[in-house]
Amino acid sequence: MTTTTTQRTSPPAVAAPPPPRRRPAAGVVGRTLRYGVLLLFLLIVLMPAYVLVVTSFKSGSDIGVNGQWNLPEQWSTESWAKAWEALGPSFVRTFQLAVPVALISSLLGAANGFVLSRWRFPGADVVFTLILFGMFIPYQAVMIPLRDVVSTLGIAPGIPTLIFVHCVYGIPICTLIFRNYYATTVPVEMVEAAWVDGAGLIRTFRSIILPVSIPGFVVAVIWQFTSAWNDYLFAIFLSNTRNGPITIALNALAGAQSPDYAASMAGALITSLPTLVVYVFLGRWFIGGLMAGSVKS
Amino acid sequence: MLTRVRRWGPGLLLISPSLLLLGVFVYGLIGWTIKVSMSDRHTAAESDGFVGLSNYVDLFTNDINGRFLHSLRNLLIFTVVFLLGTMLLGLLWAFLLERGVRAEGLFRTVYLFPMAVSFVASGVVWRWLMNSGQGDDAGGLNAIFGQLNLDFLQNPWWTDPEWGMVAMAVPAVWQLSGYVMALFLAGFRGIPAELREAAAVDGASTFQLYRRVLFPQLTPVALSALIIVGHMSMKMFDLIMSVSGAQWLTEVPAVYVWQTLLTSDYAKASAISVILLLLVALVIVPYLVQTMRTERRS
Repeated sequence: MTTTTTQRTSPPAVAAPPPPRRRPAAGVVGRTLRYGVLLLFLLIVLMPAYVLVVTSFKSGSDIGVNGQWNLPEQWSTESWAKAWEALGPSFVRTFQLAVPVALISSLLGAANGFVLSRWRFPGADVVFTLILFGMFIPYQAVMIPLRDVVSTLGIAPGIPTLIFVHCVYGIPICTLIFRNYYATTVPVEMVEAAWVDGAGLIRTFRSIILPVSIPGFVVAVIWQFTSAWNDYLFAIFLSNTRNGPITIALNALAGAQSPDYAASMAGALITSLPTLVVYVFLGRWFIGGLMAGSVKS
Repeated sequence: MLTRVRRWGPGLLLISPSLLLLGVFVYGLIGWTIKVSMSDRHTAAESDGFVGLSNYVDLFTNDINGRFLHSLRNLLIFTVVFLLGTMLLGLLWAFLLERGVRAEGLFRTVYLFPMAVSFVASGVVWRWLMNSGQGDDAGGLNAIFGQLNLDFLQNPWWTDPEWGMVAMAVPAVWQLSGYVMALFLAGFRGIPAELREAAAVDGASTFQLYRRVLFPQLTPVALSALIIVGHMSMKMFDLIMSVSGAQWLTEVPAVYVWQTLLTSDYAKASAISVILLLLVALVIVPYLVQTMRTERRS
């Protein structure tokens, strides 16, 4: 597996572990140590989440230097209300951004991935490498002219511009996800059979390939939704607090010189909620996208 | 020939919009940025006098207070800590989980969850945790250290002028160690069971098994992880902007570009961007070429 670029859509990390082997002597001590260390790291990783939740339910007067780590004396939703007031409109806008981005990018990725997985034209590898390079570039290297180009193209500022930009720069990763999916999961015979029956490439794609592409779509949709939702770089260059996504609004809420930490943390939780829900319920496919992001798995 | 056109013509049609978009928006715009970086467009006014590489030379030799070199130094410290932290934690977690433990799914889910959160959101809490106050003013992690009588651990975090970037890498390690763990775990699970069995038959101890058999098998995974995390490090922007904001102490090239654009110095901002691109290309291009070669062979 480590020497091929094939990527399983149900990623190896999720595959069942080999059956635990019986280890005599050092067994008990080793196992206790193992679980102890695992638990310790579990607590460390969760510690920021604890702080976020606890602080977000404190009211303004409850946040002093003393007892910062304690549970709130009085659980209050005041800060949540304040955060929602600041973030509400951009929360809705971010859905208007991330949903179309996820759908359009995936469709483009499916079409490209299908063609590139089956079409070995001369130089196909070079073309594919050139496509892939696009997902690694620091976007600063295109940002300066990009601002001029999108406004010259007449794309409305704010969300429409960001949808366009995320779709364009999402092409490489989505193409990669689908190319690997088709190369490993869809049997060549299926496509050949369709051709023998006289179906053209487009019809093969529409009626044979698309129906078996659901797992690929889930991975690509989740990946693009999360990237668009969490993006800050494009957002700060191409939008502002009035027309931009939630990361910009959160940064404005939390970035002040002496921020209201309770409201900021409630805001951070509101901002993270959609992607966390996706992660908790569709984690398997989320990891599929992560694995694809390393090109090989 | 005709049948080939009929079979593959539509395919070309299908991918040509994407190829066109990437051609223009990746390679075209990079070319444009390079052109601006060699011009004298230092103000909002249009100007395209050609100045060659002098903007680049200025960055290295003539920047006020050596600002660009300072940002590179910050980036270097950040990258070293970020790479070391994620690789060690990722490998340790994968190692602890690989033979299957009870509630493995829970551990995996928790270790990986920071990946689903944006740097902007986690930056909010890390800014609070890495409060620089000490002693009676202690907040965040310093306060917990105080309560646990571990006062010697209290430190100014990212506000330290020399080593602040070490602290800045802590949230990044928190965020990406789970990803490296997932890569290593996939690597472990991809090792054929026969290898372990053969080692057992040969009487290898557990230590020898890992040292001589399993870890060497993970080298390609480790290399992928290093390159992916390393290139992310070079692009680091969101985290720094939300923890410290744009300021001298924690400035890295990606943030410097943004700060320079605010002053409308397009030529200088472009030159920094191009250097950033070169740094990333230096690690990514060989990786992609190598990957494609290996794939063609198999």
